[in-house]
Amino acid sequence: MSDVLTRRRQAGEAGTARPATGNLLHARGLTKRFGDILANDHVDLGLNKGEIHALLGENGAGKSTLVKMFYGALEPDGGEIIWQGKPVVIDNPASARALGIGMVFQHFSLFEALTVVENIALALPNPGNMKALAARITDVSEDYGLPLNPQDVVADLPVGIRQRIEIVRCLLQEPQLIIMDEPTSVLTPQEADRLFLTLQRLAGEGCAVLYISHRLEEVQRICHHATILRHGKVVSECDPSLETASSLASMMVGSEVIGVNHGAMAPEPGPVRLKLSGLSAPAATPFATRLNNIDLEVHTGEIIAIAGVAGNGQGELFDAISGEMRVDPGMVVLDGRACGNRDVTWRRRQNAAFVPEERLGHGAVPGLKLSSNIVLTRHGTGDGLVGTGFVSTARAAELEQKIKTTYDVRMSHDDPEARSLSGGNLQKFVVGRELDRNPGVLVVNQPTWGVDAGAAALIRQALIDLARSGSAVLVISQDLDEIFEIADRIAVISRGHLSVPEDARSMTRERVGILMAGGAEKNAGRA
Amino acid sequence: MLDIVQAVLLTVITAATPLLIAAIGELVVERSGVLNLGVEGMMIMGAVVGFAAANQSGSGALGVLAAIVAGMAMSALFGFLVLGLVTNQVATGLALTILGLGVSGMIGEAFIGVPGLRLPKLDIPVLSDIPFIGPVVFQQDAIVYLSFALVGIVSYCLFRTRIGLILRAVGDNHTSAHALGYSVLKVRFLAVLFGGGCAGLAGSYMSLAYTPQWVENMTAGRGWIALALVVFSSWLPMRVIAGAYLFGAVTVLTFHAQALGAGIPSQFLSSLPYLATIVVLVLISANRRLTLVNTPACLGKPFVPDR
Amino acid sequence: MRIELVKRKEHSRKMALLSPVIAVGLTLVAAAILFAASGTDPFLGLYKFFIEPLTDSWSVQEIIVKATPMVLIACGLAVCYLSNNWNIGAEGQFIFGALCGSFLPIVYPEFETSLTLPLMLVLGALGGAFWALIPAVLKTRFNANEILTSLMLVYVASLLLDYLVRGPWRDPGGYNFPESRLFSEAATLPLIGDGRMSIAAPVAVVVVIVLAIVLARTLKGFEIRVMGESPRAGAFAGFSAKRLTLFAFALAGGLAGLAGTMEVSGSLNQLLPTISPGYGFTAIIVAFLGRLNPVGILVAGFVLALSYIGGEAVQASMGVSDKIASVIQGLLLFFVLACDTLILYRIRLHSRRTTATGEVSRA
Repeated sequence: MSDVLTRRRQAGEAGTARPATGNLLHARGLTKRFGDILANDHVDLGLNKGEIHALLGENGAGKSTLVKMFYGALEPDGGEIIWQGKPVVIDNPASARALGIGMVFQHFSLFEALTVVENIALALPNPGNMKALAARITDVSEDYGLPLNPQDVVADLPVGIRQRIEIVRCLLQEPQLIIMDEPTSVLTPQEADRLFLTLQRLAGEGCAVLYISHRLEEVQRICHHATILRHGKVVSECDPSLETASSLASMMVGSEVIGVNHGAMAPEPGPVRLKLSGLSAPAATPFATRLNNIDLEVHTGEIIAIAGVAGNGQGELFDAISGEMRVDPGMVVLDGRACGNRDVTWRRRQNAAFVPEERLGHGAVPGLKLSSNIVLTRHGTGDGLVGTGFVSTARAAELEQKIKTTYDVRMSHDDPEARSLSGGNLQKFVVGRELDRNPGVLVVNQPTWGVDAGAAALIRQALIDLARSGSAVLVISQDLDEIFEIADRIAVISRGHLSVPEDARSMTRERVGILMAGGAEKNAGRA
Repeated sequence: MLDIVQAVLLTVITAATPLLIAAIGELVVERSGVLNLGVEGMMIMGAVVGFAAANQSGSGALGVLAAIVAGMAMSALFGFLVLGLVTNQVATGLALTILGLGVSGMIGEAFIGVPGLRLPKLDIPVLSDIPFIGPVVFQQDAIVYLSFALVGIVSYCLFRTRIGLILRAVGDNHTSAHALGYSVLKVRFLAVLFGGGCAGLAGSYMSLAYTPQWVENMTAGRGWIALALVVFSSWLPMRVIAGAYLFGAVTVLTFHAQALGAGIPSQFLSSLPYLATIVVLVLISANRRLTLVNTPACLGKPFVPDR
Repeated sequence: MRIELVKRKEHSRKMALLSPVIAVGLTLVAAAILFAASGTDPFLGLYKFFIEPLTDSWSVQEIIVKATPMVLIACGLAVCYLSNNWNIGAEGQFIFGALCGSFLPIVYPEFETSLTLPLMLVLGALGGAFWALIPAVLKTRFNANEILTSLMLVYVASLLLDYLVRGPWRDPGGYNFPESRLFSEAATLPLIGDGRMSIAAPVAVVVVIVLAIVLARTLKGFEIRVMGESPRAGAFAGFSAKRLTLFAFALAGGLAGLAGTMEVSGSLNQLLPTISPGYGFTAIIVAFLGRLNPVGILVAGFVLALSYIGGEAVQASMGVSDKIASVIQGLLLFFVLACDTLILYRIRLHSRRTTATGEVSRA
């Protein structure tokens, strides 16, 4: 295995600007259009056997579109795909799998109500006897260090295990190419290391891996070659090990990446503005996570970030703080006032503000105009939006203009429906709507998820500025880069337990990883 | 005494069979993630078309067949709107019921008061001579046996075959099913057709066996009760049998109570099946854990594939 | 070749206005086919059905009489459907409201004051609201499906009406006919015009105007729309889904009950075993044809009422079954729903490239 790896690495080093052909898969001039957006514009890409090939690009650069065409989930509008020297039409995922192309989806393509073995059988052309398949799953999964119990129901499994199901599902098809879309975004650093070993072993066996990621360190660590997309076009190819993280980032973004400016932190932490004490809540549904005795104090002037793998209680914690889920009064205290049993409007009147994870359908109503979406969270906060039961559309329009200019929300025409905005612009709007109130306490879940680098930088800077101006900011995020970039203190949530926040300067990724994997739960009994 | 019990049992079977068939069809539809509230409309169409076809051809079997086709045609209309044009499923189901009641009234006008055809009872030799049990179990019309066979087949297919696995997968997460290359809309359309065929069959049982005649609006809410039975069964086929026979029993008991003249106004007794439906729905739904686990996660949600 | 739906970035305002018109147009075509199929001249049929009733003052007033209850009911249903509460039991709420409204003139016929009528209307509205709150409470408290429970209560209400007019509320001097005594003068809604039109019609117009303002301009209207489109966002806004469910059902039931009372007091003047030709169900069509907008509902109510009168007209003059009216109503709802797709989607015909399995190459 290792000598194959070495050979690949040497091959990569030998030809940095190699031509875009590959002995396994070669895409020529692939083009895909959605309405008036050209998602892929004459993309050329070559993949060799046994190669771990990174596909880099910002959100919206066209990476997912490209790989979905390889996997037969999308139909190209132009160009061709050459597989092992022969032109092919991959008209649906089953023919992709028949060719030997497997895919691990970012948001998974699993069925929660079904068992592991049923999920895997659905991706195989002839799964045969379920008992025999279950035995094969056990064998293969253990062989690759990804143990699975075939009879588990997916709904009961954490995200890390769910990803294993997807990977094992690919492995059972004896693939020649595995496409992985942001696979480490749901893993702890330790789990990611284990995944890399698996990938390297696969590459050693001659399987190619097309690896989509925005985490540049890991790309540099495991990938032999990288293709960089920007606005649907291939802008560059390189050997990532010969580049720096910042040179890769500027290739992706097209300009130098601006870091955030931290400003001066108050020497002494200010008074506590948001306090959680002994916050517990049972799981509302069989698929939810219970919160276990969470303690936290967020002070004036600081940003506390809560790290954690998806599905460990982040949503429930957010709901408890925002008031969408009621708890005992003393469990949530805003500026000294117990409010665990108060509704979200009451808490907003206490000068708290909230930005949920889901932009469309939670933070904003898709079919309503932006101005109406301002009324959504600010009808009760004395912004002059509602008088004697009537909504002032003029005031809403005024605020919409203000937020649009202050937070650089770009739109095709004035006051469009929320659904028509791009992810980054809508997130700027949803965050801007709350920042515009200058809240004393701000709680944000996943502030820059699925957002382009420009918007992400703007939002992160705005969060830091808010904290430095005397507010308390609580950020819940699954993006460790983001957390280390903006947090003053870091806590970790796992299975509804929260670790004690630690100073970000002395915190390491390894420690966060251990806490993510349940290290915090041991401390739970203490409080 | 035994005679009365036997008579009651026989009528319970006749009352339960249409509910059982319509409900098992709708269960398959809902397992695929589609909510078709038009069962009542498809049933009444099955009733009138089945009656008319049997009346014209003189053959009960042809009547039943025509009713199945009518139910499927209605469901195809529903499927085209809901799957092809992503219309609201609740509203479209209602529309199907309203349309079915209207069209059946129009077709059926010529058949009001016309004597009907009763489906023949299959007499299984020897076994039907067993005292008491024989006539109840072995002397029924073919559709009664078919109704049980249907439940068995659906149950087997749903949990033991690949088709059933795909159907459950589509109902659980259409995005994933699409990502794996399954044609969500095709699977759903076929399920909708199956449900329509079952509803048509159930309707023909009303007009060819339960009360062999055509009366406007004769399904009298049974399509809706069948929908409630699917909730009652928490989407498990075998439990539909229990539900259908429970409701069959309630319906029949109201008849017999009337015959006994217990002094209760007949209207109160007639409302019992409807009240029982409400009570059962409340009892089942109150237990969220029970219902949530088996409810198809995509039930009633629209899906538009991207290509 | 395949049909493909392409989602629009925003709702099309043009299509929102156009879709009911297209639907009515398609219904006319379908109706013509129906007439032709039943062996009559389709153009004469369409004329008799849709045009002739409008040329005569008596039948225009009859149309308004029929439109009134449907408009009132549909206004309440619009609030329910906009907020994602599937109340389909308005027929039952109409009947139960009428029963409660008839309580005074039937049980206390001698109570004849200027208060009689207002009290009847209040009782009717409260009765309808009560009947509607049953499924609402079962939904909020026990999570029971409101579609099924509200519908079951329609049957129960009809049976209750049947029982009362055949039993305790039967007219003692009525030769055993299943009907109640006639309402006294004090319990009868004042008539306007020279036909059967009562002040119920202007009441319906007032309800339409008030509701249009509430929905378009107030925070309550905003809440209703938000909760319908995105309950999660509504909860985030601080609105309570359960309270809104109770509100929407109570309002819809109240309006249906009011309509029921005005129907028996204004048009029928007594209780009969059947007091509605399915107003509660047809109002569902009215609500959707009116695009859940009160002003649209006013127009749609008129269209659907026309279809009732048109049905009677073609039966009387051409011998076509009046059942054709309910067929046309059903078709209309189908077309309305189908055309609404155009508001959010563009329909594109897509020619498929040569399909083949992965192995086969393209020329």
